[in-house]
Amino acid sequence: MIVRYVKMQVYLDNAATTQVDEKVVKEMERALVKEYGNPSSIHSKGHLALEILDDAREILAKEINCDISEIIFTSSGTEANNLALNSLDKGDHLITSELEHPSIYNKAKKLEKEGVEVTYLGSDKEGFVKIDDLKSKIKENTKMISLMHINNEIGTIQNLEEIGKVCKENNILFHSDCVQSLKKEKIDVKKFNLNFASFSAHKIHGPKGIGALYFKKNSKITPLIYGGGQENNLRSGTENVAGIAGFGEALKQDFENKKVKELRNYLISEIEKNIKNVKLNGSRGKRVCNNANISFKSIEGESILMSLDMEGIFVSTGSACSSRALKASRVLLALGLNHEEAHGSIRFTLSKHNTKEELDYVVEKLKEIVKRLREMSAL
Amino acid sequence: MNYSEKVIDRFKNPKYIGEMENPDASGKVGNPVCGDVMEIMLKIKKNKIEDVKVKTFGCVAAISTSDVVCELALNKTLEEASKITKDDVIKELEDLPKEKIHCSLLALDALKKAIKEYTEKNN
Repeated sequence: MIVRYVKMQVYLDNAATTQVDEKVVKEMERALVKEYGNPSSIHSKGHLALEILDDAREILAKEINCDISEIIFTSSGTEANNLALNSLDKGDHLITSELEHPSIYNKAKKLEKEGVEVTYLGSDKEGFVKIDDLKSKIKENTKMISLMHINNEIGTIQNLEEIGKVCKENNILFHSDCVQSLKKEKIDVKKFNLNFASFSAHKIHGPKGIGALYFKKNSKITPLIYGGGQENNLRSGTENVAGIAGFGEALKQDFENKKVKELRNYLISEIEKNIKNVKLNGSRGKRVCNNANISFKSIEGESILMSLDMEGIFVSTGSACSSRALKASRVLLALGLNHEEAHGSIRFTLSKHNTKEELDYVVEKLKEIVKRLREMSAL
Repeated sequence: MNYSEKVIDRFKNPKYIGEMENPDASGKVGNPVCGDVMEIMLKIKKNKIEDVKVKTFGCVAAISTSDVVCELALNKTLEEASKITKDDVIKELEDLPKEKIHCSLLALDALKKAIKEYTEKNN
């Protein structure tokens, strides 16, 4: 990696991952160094480790309004998503969407090969699935509906309460990938009528490598991993005690949604004020507090991203050129963006650590970069 | 993306990107679906490329490779310029990530299209 002098470093990729809070690190260190026992051990050293798991489970259960027995810790949000869909059998029908994270989308593709029937719903131009469309796709063998709460690329907040009602009326299991919504939007598994929901710690200033699945009592779950029967026989393998301790502590911290939202609104309005031919992707109103996804007309996202990187600014893009598959973002195309707009998209995702001064720097650099790349563009 | 320093340098300070008034020939290739569009413009005198410019919509690799192709083509005869290969371009940039090699091919396509247009027009 080439190291350059930059005025400041601005991290705006918090939907990818976040900086771990110091309090979280302290709790993880305690679990690693002091309470290092195996939670399955009968002796008191093991029991102390088990208490760490119970504490974290209780905090998460309270956060999403479920019982502590309804939570399984996993290695990631991806594993939780895979696990939720794993109970589907040949002949079952799953309804999901083009907007989903790869850990749902690619698992669904795999299930299709195994004989599960899958319908992928489209999207309106702001990133909402249409309820009428959803209803029309329900069939006799529809077993599960899996739709994400907040989209990781565009930040659109799906109406889970409304979808949950449809599931209940039709006696269909409801799963939601809530990785991007935990701590940012209220999650109530009862109100939303959820049977399954997936979570991850590292999007909320917790550590990587730890996630969780909520499952409604008595749900059928087919494990992905077999072994010593940990996590209620549903997820074997010695628990990641330090990760779980960190997850619990991260849940206790304030994500500072109001502050983050004000900063995000400031960023959007400054970009719209200072740069012509830009387009905000997703919904302006029903949008998670920390996301701004913007297309810059007639220039390409990887060029913008790398130019920002050279100035110490870290973002992500939906352009094909940044993906190994060389395909533009499936999500942005599902919204009806043309390829040029999808290639020119940049995702800025903020956190409580950002400042207005940082955002002023970003907009100043962005102005120069967009001007330069537009002058070079063949479009 | 893990680009070599030379690729980044080219991207930051391209030498041939810009407009050209009344080119003798031009070649535009690519499309927004794949994310790259390039247009190479040539001034040709006595069968020799006397000036070259390019405009590029695309990623870092697309911008860098199109600039290098211009440099390699400058002051060459049309025949010589037609023989430039992707390996020549990659060598000039030290290295190119594997998934970006198609960018160098696209830039060469633009050059070859411009040369073809000129040859057809003048024969």
